[in-house]
Formats: sequence, structure tokens, C-alpha cells
Amino acid sequence: MSGRWAPGPRWGVLLALLLALGELPRARGVEEEPGGAHGEAQGFQVVTFEWHHVQDPYIIALWILVASLAKIGFHLSHKVTSVVPESALLIVLGLVLGGIVLAADHIASFSLTPTVFFFYLLPPIVLDAGYFMPNRLFFGNLGTILLYAVIGTVWNAATTGLSLYGVFLSGLMGDLNIGLLDFLLFGSLIAAVDPVAVLAVFEEVHVNEVLFIIVFGESLLNDAVTVVLYNVFESFVTLGGDKVTGVDCVKGIVSFFVVSLGGTLVGIVFAFLLSLVTRFTKHVRIIEPGFVFVLSYLSYLTSEMLSLSAILAITFCGICCQKYVKANISEQSATTVRYTMKMLASGAETIIFMFLGISAVDPLIWKWNTAFVLLTLLFISVYRAIGVVLQTWILNRYRMVQLEIIDQVVMSYGGLRGAVAYALVVLLDENKVKEKNLFVSTTIIVIFFTVIFQGLTIKPLVQWLKVKRSEQRDPKLNEKLHGRAFDHILSAIEDISGQIGHNYLRDKWSNFDRKFLSKILMRRSAQKSRDRILNVFHELNLKDAISYVAEGERRGSLAFIRSPSTDNMVNVDFSTPRPSTVEASVSYLL
Amino acid sequence: MGSRSSHAARIPDVDSLRRETGFSQASLRRLYDRFQALDRTGKGYLSRLDLQQIGALAVNPLGDRIIDSFFPDGSLRLDFPGFVRVLAHFRPVDEEDEGNRDPKEPEPLNSRMNKLRFAFQLYDLDRDGKISRHEMLQALRLMVGVQVTEEQLESIADRTVQEADEDGDGAVSFLEFAKSLEKMNIEQKMSIRILK
Repeated sequence: MSGRWAPGPRWGVLLALLLALGELPRARGVEEEPGGAHGEAQGFQVVTFEWHHVQDPYIIALWILVASLAKIGFHLSHKVTSVVPESALLIVLGLVLGGIVLAADHIASFSLTPTVFFFYLLPPIVLDAGYFMPNRLFFGNLGTILLYAVIGTVWNAATTGLSLYGVFLSGLMGDLNIGLLDFLLFGSLIAAVDPVAVLAVFEEVHVNEVLFIIVFGESLLNDAVTVVLYNVFESFVTLGGDKVTGVDCVKGIVSFFVVSLGGTLVGIVFAFLLSLVTRFTKHVRIIEPGFVFVLSYLSYLTSEMLSLSAILAITFCGICCQKYVKANISEQSATTVRYTMKMLASGAETIIFMFLGISAVDPLIWKWNTAFVLLTLLFISVYRAIGVVLQTWILNRYRMVQLEIIDQVVMSYGGLRGAVAYALVVLLDENKVKEKNLFVSTTIIVIFFTVIFQGLTIKPLVQWLKVKRSEQRDPKLNEKLHGRAFDHILSAIEDISGQIGHNYLRDKWSNFDRKFLSKILMRRSAQKSRDRILNVFHELNLKDAISYVAEGERRGSLAFIRSPSTDNMVNVDFSTPRPSTVEASVSYLL
Repeated sequence: MGSRSSHAARIPDVDSLRRETGFSQASLRRLYDRFQALDRTGKGYLSRLDLQQIGALAVNPLGDRIIDSFFPDGSLRLDFPGFVRVLAHFRPVDEEDEGNRDPKEPEPLNSRMNKLRFAFQLYDLDRDGKISRHEMLQALRLMVGVQVTEEQLESIADRTVQEADEDGDGAVSFLEFAKSLEKMNIEQKMSIRILK
């Protein structure tokens, strides 16, 4: 563990803090074992200062604390947070902290390492996205999302890489030790829209759900493309430009399918396992939430182990297991899972942005090339816009709900880059990619630009363009009921007119689900009571009950409910044991 | 079966149908093929039995009522214009149509109001222009009935009518029905893309 955070034997800031606390015995030689029984006999020490003993976990915990305190600090000023997105504030904070550490230590002690990022910070965020994904919306727009994710990312990577190469050949960038493949490699890692950044910014903007799901879905699914392109070009760079054969290119294309479909399959298998396990956890309710996290994390790691797309695996694990897990686990476990996931995801996001700022303050990695940086910024924006427009033009011929110009503007502008690109660029081997530092610096600038500048301006842009916003509404029984009726009507009409459409497919799937999957994966008691209409009805009743209680407490007492008087129409029988579900749901609604 | 080019000629009143329903020539041709495929005995019209033979419809909770909507006023024969007229309700709403429409002409069959009217008459079995609590209960029973008790169904039916009922007459009129769904994207929910 000690290599990961690389704080070095100097204690920098910590030392300053500690000395300020008063005279404390200094750490007794970092090489000695705790309890130092060898060497000079110093006698029995009642209290010893074992810094080295706790060093690593202590620093980690301290950083998490700092990040969380920062979040509190930001929200003290409502005016600031409604204008500046939190991610931008965190990056700035990171820059400040990085500066302090640098000034104290004279080397950059902390940075966001790819291992920590890919193994500990990214999975919670993606799992949270998958587990709470609105499935109907996601699958309803899957075609659109896939097109943007695959074709769009390849387009961005190719055009950016090739254009930069073109400019390099023209000599504008000066003397650099790069070849075409290096540019394509850079293009592939800078092209992908980042899920963390999109979530962070769009969450505060509240655009309508279709627009959000398209951009967000794209950012999740383009992982497969990014992984493949990155690996392909990296191995090409290693081979050397002239040794690349046509077979290698074909292998690259094949690997795309293997990586994406394989990752998805791994996710689905683990979702199946997870649902199956939760079916039998009736007597171990306390550890139910644990299964959700452990199995999802294993799907991520397994996919990573098989060099498939880990993000796709954990996303689809979350997407596929939602329904069954939510039906099987108790209400309390569901609440636990929800809040733990949100906490982990939010915490990870905070740390990521803060460390992006800190990592930037490292004089060793900076190599500035004006043309390269400016042109990269220009190319990624322009090519994204062009790509979006072209693809939307094609898509609109097949979509029911057309994507307007305004939507396209938001989609182009919302193509934010984030930590995934940073982690990928840091992973590059500087012996093979000679200009690694240039790439790293440029990537940092691009990320800061998109997150800070575009993040700041997207809210006013959305308001100015009058983009359709999402509406937070109370669930209405009528809407749910008639919505269900419409689904049936459309299925019937599709059958009568002999067309195979979305509804037909959805119907087929829900029949299959009802007949086979739910029988295997859902607890028997849960199979009966999971109708959506009933859920809405249940929630409305609970709301009524809460307001009833609130009114009663306001008046002073609820005795009138318990009174046996016959003219009182409400006769709630409090003597029968209430199922615990009611209480848990009430607390959730509160 | 004949060659494709003669199909348009064989569809009776193809021009007036196009105007009335808004379907394109190609769509009408496709629907005519479908009509003839459903008419297995080659009668030239469809009976209830022909539609009931469509397998997937049999398991659709609202299947019977939808079939009934093709046979208005108790008629027993469904000719092609009638077939197409019902299907026209499900054409996607064309934004340009809305702009160019002559306000004196009747509303196109696939307007929002007409889509809602189609759904409304599926509930309103006695055609009195209102969905009574009893009719709501029957519809609920079809769609949710398997999983709940009768008391719960009645509760839900009560609540649904209550939610939409504004003038307090215990039934949902068409306008109240339309108003309760005003936030819903009917144009999308009641359209089949392929029927352009």
C-alpha cells in the first residue's frame, strides 16, 4: 500500500500541524520496528509516537475528511453553489491544497494514481449509475445511445488525432518526438465523454430526462470503445509504426466486439448471481446490502481481469439486478443500499475532483506547447459538434421523439472530459510515448476547461436556450394507470398492424421475465406484489397516513383514531402487529 | 398475388383515404397487404374472429375492447377504410401538419385529442361520455386484477376517479380525463413510429 500515495519520508504539512499542537515526541526512526526492542536500551516508553505504523490509512482518512469538510464549506454559501458547479470548486480547492503541499515539501507528494482511481474511486460511481438507471428510458433510447457512444467516440478520436497530426506536420507545433500513432493514441483517450464529469455537472442542471439519458448513457457505454482504442493504439505504438499489419487492425475491430459484449455478459452473469443470492437472504437481513456491493465489485474486477470493459460490466450488473434485488431485499436493506451507494459515489466524486486539482500542481509533469493545447481544445469542441449534428440528422429519421437543434447544442456542449482521460494518460509508458508529459499537461488543461468553463456556463446556456427541464412531479395514479393502458393498446395495435416495434419487444421481454426469470430470481412473496400501479397506490396511501399523523400531532393527539366511537369512520386496529415494511417506508418518505 | 404496382389501383378510394387519414401511399399499401393477410378466407372484409386469431391479442388485457373499437355501433364487418381509420389514430404527430393545418378542416385523426378520445372510449363502455367508478373498476380489474384483492381494487378505483374528478360527480368526463393526463406526452405514448 505504501507506494500508492508516495508521501515520502517527509511529513511536510503534517509536521507543521503536529508541532503546533505542542511538544510531542518525535517519531523514533522510521526503520525501527514498533516497540523498538533492539538497539540502545531506552527503557520502557509509556507512550510512543508510531507515525509510520498508521501512516497510510491515516493520510487516506485525512484526505477524505478534508474533501468532505470542503463540501460543507462550499454549501455554506448558497449563492456560490448555484452558479459554480461543485466539481469546479473542488478542482480549485485541489489546486490550492496542491500548492500548499508543494510549498511545504518542494515535491508533489500526492496525486491521483490510476490504480486508486480505477479500483476504488470509479466503481462506486458507475455502480450507483447502473443501479439507479431508469431502465425503460435507457433501453428505449438504446439505439441512439449506442450510436453516439460507438460511432461518435471513434469519430472524435480519429478526427482529433488526425487533425493534430496534420498540424504537427505543418510544423506549427515545433519540434516534438511524436508519430502518427502517438497522436491517434492521444486522440482516443481525449475523445471519450466522461461519466463522472457529466453526472457532476448535469445533476445540477436538470435538463429533461431524455437528453440526460442520452448524454449520460453515451458516457457510460463509450468505455468499451475507449478501452479498445487505447489498448490497440498503445500496442501499435509499442510495436512501432511500421510493423503494424492489416491483421492487427482486424484484430482491433474484433477486440471491440469481444470487449464490449464480453464486459456486458460478465455484468449480466453477476447480476443473475446477485439476484439469486438475495432470494435466499431472508434470515440474514443484516448483511443483505453487503452482497450487492461485493458482487457488483467482483463483476468489475472479473471483467478487468479478463481485460474486458469493466465499466460496462458493473453498469449492466446494476441495470439488470435492480428489479430483482429491490424486490427481494427488505425495505431497510434497500434504504441502506441506496444511501451507502450514494455516499460512496458522492465521496468518490469529491475525491476525484479534488485530486485532479492537486495532481495538476506538479512541476515535473508540465510541458507546455501552446499550439498543441489550443488546437486540442478547438478540435475536440468542433469535431464533437459536427459529430453530434451528423449523427442526429441520421437518427431523427428513425426516432419518434425528434432531437432538436437545442438538444444538439446541449449534447455537444455537455461532452465533458474528466478523470478517466487523466488516469489513462498517466498510465502511458514514457519510454514508449516520448511526449507523455505533453499529453498529460494537455489532458489536464482540457479537463479543467471542460469541467470549469463549460460546467460554469452550461446552466445559463440551458436557461437561455429554454431547454426542456425535468419535472419533479408527484406520482399520479391516473398517469400510471392510463400509461399502462396505453402500453397495452400500443402492443395490440402493433400486433394488428403487423409491425414489430418497441412495444412488441418490451411485451415479449416482460412475458419472458414473468414466466421464467422472476420465478427463479425473485422471492415468491415478492413475485405477487410488485406491480407499479400498486406501488404508486401504496405510496399515496402512505403520504395520506403521514399527513394524517402530522395533522393529529398538530392538534395535540391522535386519540380520536383509537377511540371506539361508532360515529368515527376511522377505525385503525392498532392491536394487530403491523408489518415492519410500513414503518420503514414511512421513514424513507420522510 | 399480383404485382406491386397494381396494388394502389386496387385499394378503393385511395385518395380520399389518404386525405382523411394522412397515411402515405406506401403505408396504405402496407396496411392493405396486412388487411388482406388477416382476411384469411378472402371475404373482402374482416370479422371479429379474424382479429381474435391474432395470437398476441388473446393475452392482451385490453385485447377484446380494442377489437371492439374496430367495430363501432355493433357492426359485424370491418372494411379497409374502417381498418385504416382506427389505425390512423396512432400515426406519429407530424409537427409540420400542425402548422399548416386549415382550422376549418376537422382535426386530423392522430391529433392529441383524438388519441385521447380513442383511449377514453375503451373505458367508457356504455358510451355515456363519462367513466363511472364501476367502469374504472372493470378496467382496473383487467389490468391489475390478478395480483390484488377486490377491496384493494375498489380502493384504487375510488382513488383514481377522485384524483381526476373535478366537478365532484363521481365520474370522469372526457375533459377531466384529458386534464389528468395533460403532463403526459400522449403524442409519443400513443404513436407507432412505423405507421408514418
